[in-house]
Amino acid sequence: MSKQPKPPKPDELAKSIEYKTPETQWMETPVKFKPGMWCYGSRPKYLEEVGMPNPREWSPADDDWKLPENWKEIVLDGMKDRLGKYRTFKLFMDICVRCGACADKCHFYIGSGDPKNMPVLRAELMRSVYRKYFTTGGKLFGKTAGARELTEDVIKEWWYYYYQCTECRRCSVFCPYGIDTAEITIMGRELTNLLGLQTDWIGGPVANCYHKGNHLGLEPHTIQSNIEMMCDDIEEITGIRIEPTFNRKGAEILFVTPSGDLFGLPGIYTCMGYLMLFHELGLDYTWSTYASEGGNFGFFTSNEMAKRLHYKIYAEAKRLGVKWILGGECGHMWRLVHQYLNTWWGPPDFLEVPKSPITGTVFENAKSTKMVHVTEFTADLIKHGKIKLDPSRNDHLKITFHDSCNTSRGMGIFEEPRYIIKHVARHFYEMPENTIREKTFCCGSGSGLNAGENMELRMRGGFPRANAVRYVHEKYGVNMLANICAIDRAALPTLMQYWVPEVDVCGVHELVGNALVMTGEKKRTMDLRLEPLPGMEDEEEEE
Amino acid sequence: MGALLSFGAVVVLLLIPAIGAGALKLHSLFGVVIPYLAVIVFLVGLINRVIGWGKVPVPFKIPTTCGQQKSLPWIKHSRLESPATGGEVFLRMVLEVLFFRSLFRNLRTEKAPGDRVVYGSSKWLWVAGLAFHYSFLIVFLRHLRFFKQPTPKIIGIIESFDGFLQIGSPHLLVTGLVLFGAVFYLFLRRIFVPQVRYISLPADYFPLFLIMAIAGTGMLMRYFLRVDIIKVKELTMGLATFHPKVPEGISVIFYIHLFLVSTLFAYFPFSKMVHLGGVFLSPTRNLANNTRMVHHPNPWNYPVKVHTYEEYEEEFRDKMIAAGIPVEKQPEPREEEQPTEESEGKE
Ligand code: HEM
Ligand code: SF4
Ligand code: SF4
Repeated sequence: MSKQPKPPKPDELAKSIEYKTPETQWMETPVKFKPGMWCYGSRPKYLEEVGMPNPREWSPADDDWKLPENWKEIVLDGMKDRLGKYRTFKLFMDICVRCGACADKCHFYIGSGDPKNMPVLRAELMRSVYRKYFTTGGKLFGKTAGARELTEDVIKEWWYYYYQCTECRRCSVFCPYGIDTAEITIMGRELTNLLGLQTDWIGGPVANCYHKGNHLGLEPHTIQSNIEMMCDDIEEITGIRIEPTFNRKGAEILFVTPSGDLFGLPGIYTCMGYLMLFHELGLDYTWSTYASEGGNFGFFTSNEMAKRLHYKIYAEAKRLGVKWILGGECGHMWRLVHQYLNTWWGPPDFLEVPKSPITGTVFENAKSTKMVHVTEFTADLIKHGKIKLDPSRNDHLKITFHDSCNTSRGMGIFEEPRYIIKHVARHFYEMPENTIREKTFCCGSGSGLNAGENMELRMRGGFPRANAVRYVHEKYGVNMLANICAIDRAALPTLMQYWVPEVDVCGVHELVGNALVMTGEKKRTMDLRLEPLPGMEDEEEEE
Repeated sequence: MGALLSFGAVVVLLLIPAIGAGALKLHSLFGVVIPYLAVIVFLVGLINRVIGWGKVPVPFKIPTTCGQQKSLPWIKHSRLESPATGGEVFLRMVLEVLFFRSLFRNLRTEKAPGDRVVYGSSKWLWVAGLAFHYSFLIVFLRHLRFFKQPTPKIIGIIESFDGFLQIGSPHLLVTGLVLFGAVFYLFLRRIFVPQVRYISLPADYFPLFLIMAIAGTGMLMRYFLRVDIIKVKELTMGLATFHPKVPEGISVIFYIHLFLVSTLFAYFPFSKMVHLGGVFLSPTRNLANNTRMVHHPNPWNYPVKVHTYEEYEEEFRDKMIAAGIPVEKQPEPREEEQPTEESEGKE
């Protein structure tokens, strides 16, 4: 595989962004694969491991993509099938008026200026083929009706642009008909996956997750030892030894979080926050090494693959005999838990309606899916005064909050994390109104695009987010970007390094862990990152 | 290009009745047959489209949530932007359909000095969109006076409001002008906003030209080339009561107007204008954000291949035991194998 191209310098990149349109009409403008803007093709073994079609060595940089002989038939049949299965797909092919309201709402368009990154054109890439093969007007009038032949070049163009969309749904907020280009991208990826056009960065986690239970491929003993290492750190910080349990039958609650929280910085600090909180509460919960992934890269592959991967959560809850499930901080995991899981595998009648054992609150909003978001759980604890907090321990942080796309526009969880932050910290500043909540900007690396080789794409896609962070950094001195998403925690540090290096990234429960006053703890002199707490170091020396 | 093509098409559409009804005097064809056909195509076509969409299942409940979900009782739930019940969804749809709520959010993204981007308010599309749709609606309703004898009161009321300026004789009706102006704005926007021009197809210009031509011929008839209203009403009442007759002496401008309207009707179901029906069916807007409260079934949910816990344990049993993680099955089979026996593992 070719070397990873480095993105240009930030100021050069920013200067290169121009919102101009090419001389030639978009259908006459062939796709050009720019280095740093695409991901490697999947190794064949990843496809084989989960039984996906056409496994082979291939590179998107090659002319010959080694498509199956009857690729065209496969794609057209695939389209026909899906047009009959998804109302969104059919309707969104038909009703766009090309008003352009969505055009400048996509972070990839804002960061690249490439007109095919306007959501409406991204969708037209597919619509033009739809018109040609599925509408009378398109069959009769061809190009005049906005229709075009399906060719290998079209497949390449689809592939290039459907992997420059993070399925963030920002466009759908602004569209007068709610047309969600993410739905089209999802179809575009399903169709190209029928030809074996998976990316390596998605294929690997999918295969791992299928067999080992999580994207990172952590085996049971590694999960356990990783968490024990976090417990060592917690002991060093608080003097308290935590002994979490794994795959324990009869626990009241199963806790599922994205595996990113178990490995890598700053994810593990968030995980330490969970561990400390649950310990302090004396929560009767268990981890699972089998259902060790809340996230789901299958969703970036096909609906079927997503369903296959997310089987484990309910299956494990049933096997362990827990009463309900608590879910950690993750973006696409929660889009799926909130909008898909129950439809795929529910209703889970073997579980009980979630009830907080600490406050007695019954989570009516999760009464069918039986899965509660950890910020719902924690906000409820704080509201009832069930945990003791010392927000001054976060005084060294000036915090802003990044709403993740999925939890914002596919769930609507805005207040819970903010409520928590405002109780565990004292310096909180919102980014400008048009860049948060339902209008939030993507990190630029969602939906399986957080690879290394497409770094320029990620930095461009994350530009609007970084631009807003820079604003609050300069205005209020913000130095911490909090979020509730494991992909954010993996992707945003790189983005901040590139655009606003003074700002670091954390999960909300890291802040909780810092502020949480635990029974019997020693005086805190370090935060969860084992860095000295400002104002506490001197006292440490006196001791 | 697309604009010229569409303009040409509309010119041809103007010429057809000018020749057909004007020179060739095919008044029954243009006054009766074509309008009837157009209405039939409109109704059958639109119903077909809507049924076609309706037949496609909604496998997942995927509203785009634009506000706080309903969760804990003390957290303020955004009922209109993240509706949790059917009633709330209905209200959200009312806002969308009657007030173009989503379009109202529109922003304009611009590069600012210092390599930044800023987002300015941008409501003109919303204003023009509303102006266009409402004036279209009112003009449409006003026309019902030609199909009802005596003219319904409500139409009289609409008209008196519409003519509030009391200029000229007959009174100038504001909506006609607004309709023309709004459509013209939408057209200019398509030509002058580079992004919008880039995405525009002939099918985007055509309805605009067609509606401009309809509004134009309409106003021409009302204010300048006066047609014999009594005779026109005779014709339209004939159509409405299914006793068509074609009075002599209606000037050709009327036939042109009627033909353009017929074209609009017949073209409607196959054009982007079907969003009239589609907007009501859009799953990102018309579903409740309550999927964790109420199970949403997928009619085509099919079984898929999964990796079971048993397969997982089979692969990792030794490692799990070594790490003290409980397993279902101990490694060495004992003399009497009891597969149902549950092992507690090492605790
Ligand atoms: C008789 C019914 C309708 C007709 C003839 C109609 C026609 C049109 C046309 C021609 C356009 C394109 C304007 C352009 O090219 O820029 C348009 C756009 C639009 N329509 Fe409709 N429409 C109808 C009903 C509706 C309804 C019920 C809604 C409710 C949501 C709606 C919402 C919109 C919006 C938001 C736009 C985009 C903004 C714009 O370009 O003006 N329309 N409509
Ligand atoms: S906002 Fe909606 S209708 Fe307008 S161009 Fe975009 S997808 Fe099409
Ligand atoms: S879903 Fe997000 S990334 Fe995809 S086109 Fe819409 S705004 Fe762009």
